Amino acid sequence: MNSDRTPLISVENFVAAYKGHVVIDNISFDIGRGEIFVILGGSGCGKSTLLKHMIGLYQPARGRIFIDGQDIVSAQGKDLLGILRKIGVMYQSGALFGSMTILENVRLPLEEFTDLPYPAIELTAMMKLKLVGLADFAHLMPSEISGGMQKRAAIARAMALDPRILFLDEPSAGLDPITSAELDQLILSLSRNLMITFVIVTHELPSIFSIADRVIMLDKRIKGIADSGPPQYLKDHSENAWVRQFFSREVAVP
Amino acid sequence: MPNNLTTSFQTDERNPDILHLKLQGRLDSITAAQVWRDTLNFLDRRSPREIILDASDTDYCDMSGISLMLALQRHQKQIKGSLEIRGLKLEFQKLLDMFDPAEFDPAEVLPPKRRRFPEEVGLGVVQLREDIRELIVFVGELCVALVLAFRNPGQVRWKDAFLVAEITGVNALPIVLLVSFLIGLIMSFQAAIPMRMFGAEIYVADLIALSMTRELGPIMTAIVLAGRSASAFAAELGTMKVNEEIDALSTMGLDPLRFLVVPRVIAAVVMTPLLTVFAIFLGIIGGAVVLLSLGFPLIAYVNQVLSAITYADFLGGIVKCFVFGVLIAGIGCLRGLQTQTGPSAVGDSTTRAVVSGIILIVVTDGIFSVAYFYLGV
Repeated sequence: MNSDRTPLISVENFVAAYKGHVVIDNISFDIGRGEIFVILGGSGCGKSTLLKHMIGLYQPARGRIFIDGQDIVSAQGKDLLGILRKIGVMYQSGALFGSMTILENVRLPLEEFTDLPYPAIELTAMMKLKLVGLADFAHLMPSEISGGMQKRAAIARAMALDPRILFLDEPSAGLDPITSAELDQLILSLSRNLMITFVIVTHELPSIFSIADRVIMLDKRIKGIADSGPPQYLKDHSENAWVRQFFSREVAVP
Repeated sequence: MPNNLTTSFQTDERNPDILHLKLQGRLDSITAAQVWRDTLNFLDRRSPREIILDASDTDYCDMSGISLMLALQRHQKQIKGSLEIRGLKLEFQKLLDMFDPAEFDPAEVLPPKRRRFPEEVGLGVVQLREDIRELIVFVGELCVALVLAFRNPGQVRWKDAFLVAEITGVNALPIVLLVSFLIGLIMSFQAAIPMRMFGAEIYVADLIALSMTRELGPIMTAIVLAGRSASAFAAELGTMKVNEEIDALSTMGLDPLRFLVVPRVIAAVVMTPLLTVFAIFLGIIGGAVVLLSLGFPLIAYVNQVLSAITYADFLGGIVKCFVFGVLIAGIGCLRGLQTQTGPSAVGDSTTRAVVSGIILIVVTDGIFSVAYFYLGV
């Protein structure tokens, strides 16, 4: 196993452009093993764009993105599959397959990528659903459950293969505060017990304070990172006034 | 990275009812597969009352590993035996404790039963009745909306109507022209071969002219439009329904029928006959190509065509098209508005729009044929 000091994900001199218009200009950062890393920023600053580049959906205009030492930008074929096996992604809308039940959605990656016998797949998939509190809804179709439940089911599916890294795009949006807090607990326990690294795009400040190890704050005006560090530190000591404002104002008036 | 796992199954020397299961290495979704199979095989052959799982050398254990332990717990509970897990690292133990084996009773999570055949038939009939009822209601509402539109033409969204007319009419012209030209060509070619035996090739012109004007021109255009435009209307309105845009219109006090359906119906009613005129013309040209290649002069063909059809034939064909236009736009919009939720919903309504569109066109055409027969057209 690689030494624990090397970062699990590193983004180097990354530039994202959309139709020739630069969205993120030359940023670099590392994410350590087991870290819960939050990407934060105002609307339209390219948070989701950054996430989609990190999971290999988009090609960056410039720069490289390493996941566990392998460059996802240039990887192809088997190498790319190898990297993708290490990551799980939950999309903003859930992106569950509408023609399958919730259980089948979670079972799919297990059936496709492992040799586990049927009862094992069934049980493992049910356990993931249990973790997100959806065991009773396993045989419903995605269209038959609420948006928040779809999101939890999507997290269960992202976890199906026990990835090392989970990317969550706005996990708590659309969830009630209690479910959202439960989700935070789930993220914490998965991070502690399974040493899963989390990369989360979110707006939910209470959730950031309870789970995030480190935050990077993207700023639309400078097209880059305004500041980075632990959330409490940024709130109290950030040199960037806008960052302090962002944290405290929203916390003060929830 | 140590990506392997060694397992050993040993029954206790003193007591054969005790199984020692030792897992060494990394227990993840890849390595767990083999252990699962081995364990299931072992437990099938003999059921030790007590299993001692030694996990002190398990470096890593993910949820697939935990599910293996859970399955063992469940199995032992069923045969009233016991499972002891020794030396499992604290972090994995915590994970295991999150699950209660009793909650994963396989009987509990059986998929819902499938419906039996008579039940399916019954449901189908009920659905058909409901569908026909909705169709009748929709036709009524549409008629009211169209009458209102004629009374106050200012209320119609003409901009939308022109846009739809361009998309369904002008943009459909190439495909309509191609299809009707080829149909005219192929039909006259096929007909010319047997007719030649009687020296009656020139009557191919009558055949093409009559069939294109009375039947094929209108019906081919309508079917192309059902595939091209009815489906587009259904998909567009269906997506709007899924995105709650239709609800937004209703809550703003705007009638979706006036706002969305009327412009489409007007556009389709105007464009279908126009396209049909082109289709008839191109079909006849297709026939001309064949007859010219058989050595007939063009003037002979034209004379034959003109003597074969009357204005009544032509008008009979065109009148049908107005009705087809209403059907195409109406059914497309209705299926769009009926869209349920879920990702396959829009696809379903598109399919239903094309299928019911074609059925309605063919049935209406049959009705027209009978009516024209009695009217002597």
